[in-house]
Amino acid sequence: MRHGRWRFLLAALVPALVLHVVLVFSPYAQAFYLSLTDWTGVAGEANFVGVDNFVRLGDDSLFLDAVRNNAVMLVVVPIATIGLALFLASMLNGRRPLPGASAYQIVYFFPQMLSLVIIAVLWGFVYNPNTGLLNSGLRAIGLDGLARSWLAEPSLALPSVMAVVVWSSVGFYVVLFSAAIGAIPKELFEAAVLDGAGRWATFRRVTLPLVAESVQVAFVYLGIAALDGFVLVQVMSVGPGGPDGTTEVVGLSLYRTAFTYGKFGYATAMGVALFFAALTLAVLALRWRRDEVTA
Amino acid sequence: MNPESLPRPYPRRTLLRTAGLAAVTAPLLSACVTSAGKEEKPAQAGGAKTAENPLGVKADAPLEVVVFKGGYGDDYAIKAEQQYTAKYPQAKIDHKGLQKVGEAMQPRFVAGDPPDVVDNTGAGRLDIATLVGAKQVTDLAELLAAPAFDQPGKTVRDTLLPGVIEDGTFDGSTVTLNFTYTVWGVWYSKSLFAERGWTYPKTWAEMLALCETIKKAGIAPWTYQGKYAEYINDPLLTMAAKAGGLDLVKAVDNLDPAAWSQPGLKQAAEAFAELAGKGYIMSGSEALSHTEAQAAWCQKKAAFIPCGSWLESEQKEVTPAGFDMVMGTVPSASSGDRLPVTAVQASSSESYLVPAQAKNRAGGLEYLRILFAKESATAFAQANSTLPAVAGATDGLTLTSGLGSVRDAVTAAGPDAFNYRFRTWYAPLAKAVDDATAELVNRRISAADWSARIQKASDSLAKDSTVKKYKR
Repeated sequence: MRHGRWRFLLAALVPALVLHVVLVFSPYAQAFYLSLTDWTGVAGEANFVGVDNFVRLGDDSLFLDAVRNNAVMLVVVPIATIGLALFLASMLNGRRPLPGASAYQIVYFFPQMLSLVIIAVLWGFVYNPNTGLLNSGLRAIGLDGLARSWLAEPSLALPSVMAVVVWSSVGFYVVLFSAAIGAIPKELFEAAVLDGAGRWATFRRVTLPLVAESVQVAFVYLGIAALDGFVLVQVMSVGPGGPDGTTEVVGLSLYRTAFTYGKFGYATAMGVALFFAALTLAVLALRWRRDEVTA
Repeated sequence: MNPESLPRPYPRRTLLRTAGLAAVTAPLLSACVTSAGKEEKPAQAGGAKTAENPLGVKADAPLEVVVFKGGYGDDYAIKAEQQYTAKYPQAKIDHKGLQKVGEAMQPRFVAGDPPDVVDNTGAGRLDIATLVGAKQVTDLAELLAAPAFDQPGKTVRDTLLPGVIEDGTFDGSTVTLNFTYTVWGVWYSKSLFAERGWTYPKTWAEMLALCETIKKAGIAPWTYQGKYAEYINDPLLTMAAKAGGLDLVKAVDNLDPAAWSQPGLKQAAEAFAELAGKGYIMSGSEALSHTEAQAAWCQKKAAFIPCGSWLESEQKEVTPAGFDMVMGTVPSASSGDRLPVTAVQASSSESYLVPAQAKNRAGGLEYLRILFAKESATAFAQANSTLPAVAGATDGLTLTSGLGSVRDAVTAAGPDAFNYRFRTWYAPLAKAVDDATAELVNRRISAADWSARIQKASDSLAKDSTVKKYKR
């Protein structure tokens, strides 16, 4: 009997375990191994070079540009997106929703239904310095002085890309936060109003603490999205990654190193570094959440 | 630098798929690391070499041909395959026309099971220098020495335009043959110039004077494909090469420690800084993609645009009737130039190679001999309005204004067709040059800074022991 149970357990577990090892663990292990080699991507052989690839990362000015830009995105994108999403969600829900709230909620979600590549192409048109919607709009209302070459000026390129990241993701978080706010018992809002709380006080004292968990999840998701940014930069930016590295992101460096420079080993080292960055971020965010819960 | 290699957006899905592919093939790879790399292919039993069959093709050996199916399609390659079967009726041909040649071929190279002929072209092509470094390509010397397919008395080598063999040569052995011939220059509308009474300038001083006139006429003198700075690089580097001659080009390609401070390069950088400084470049150009900039030029918003000879076919759909685009050669920097003003930067692309581990290597070489025949090249020129790499292929054809001007430029240049090799040899240097030039023509750095920062990139590449070096 006991013997039979083991057999059953093994039969149930082993296939899943094998799949997991082959499709998840093995690629990771292989990537870690490749990051220590000089594999070119086409040769049948790869020479072990130790941590050379990781040492090179520290001297690679373009990679460091990429890390800096990803770090900026990591700070700006989650804060801007979550701030905006919370604002919109609390306007559409809670005690006194704005008229037409449900229609807005659908409209905000539209960008989420578009492929990221299409979003990048469309915004590339919007930012066109001569015929783009943005500059044409500014000129139409007499603000010619504000018209810029959005994606080609070093100081504006990254903010322009980040604006698109925020634009494309905010709708999803509006829906997420709306659901969280909707789950708050109405009595709490009523009690707050009876106590004389205004919109801001209600938001600060009632809504925000009760959706904190959703906000933390959003931070993890957006943090990971901010570490990526590859698609938008590859499609929209000049260069791509330019002007002069101002919109370079780690994913783009990795892609170029692997497929243009034929250095898969070195590119894999970038990927491994990115993996640890994302892992650290997730661990920190979850740790922070646990601390808050226990505190 | 050819139309297919322009930077194109890649969906993340492609990246993930490729990464996934690399991850999935990784277990196989580690096996390859120890086995396939060292495995020697048994020498194939070839057919006897005769005058009719100079490469010793085994008549019944199957042939697998992989062709990049891009702007030129793959009909021309299929035609050559039909010729092959006409000659060797027992040979079974497996044809594949692909868009992402690199992605499809990479695992097959790694596994030691490549096709017999690969047209390694397009945005997703494999880095040729990497392939050469990994010893994955056949030396084509035997093919070059073989008699040309339809030009009696000539070898294949004799039939090619200048520079074609050099373009495919790495470390003294020719490993790829490029089928199309690209020339770079500065394009303008012949009808617009005739209407306004402008003449295409021969010297840079004349160019600046004409730009002033054009600007006064309310047209922007220049535009360029700002999103991809390599376009504006081409006339700059061409001008430098004319000033400093082939020695300058070689110093750059050989990563000389003083290459980028050569007077010719500084002069050219200053010339383009001046072009930008005087406001002769259409505002906003720096953010335009190649399609946007070229469209603006076709709408006569700008008079000049730098581009390779593919421009006419690329703009076919949007060029207004009677526009009559022609390519002019880059003006000379000064009267002290080492090369004549007719010299052109030219290179070949659409690169055909025979993998070193191909099963039917002789068949692959024979296929290239047929493809590079004059008849096949002429048919290609007619179908695609593009100059093939075979000399005289366009003789007797009625050409469009653009292609006609390109052919005339090639004829006028004669032996003075040159090409920088660093773009194919050292992709990271190409990136550094593109970035620096974009900064230069946007007046964010000076000509001196430009040469200093490119020199720094060149020096660090020269020191990098992980990068294979080439000499010319």
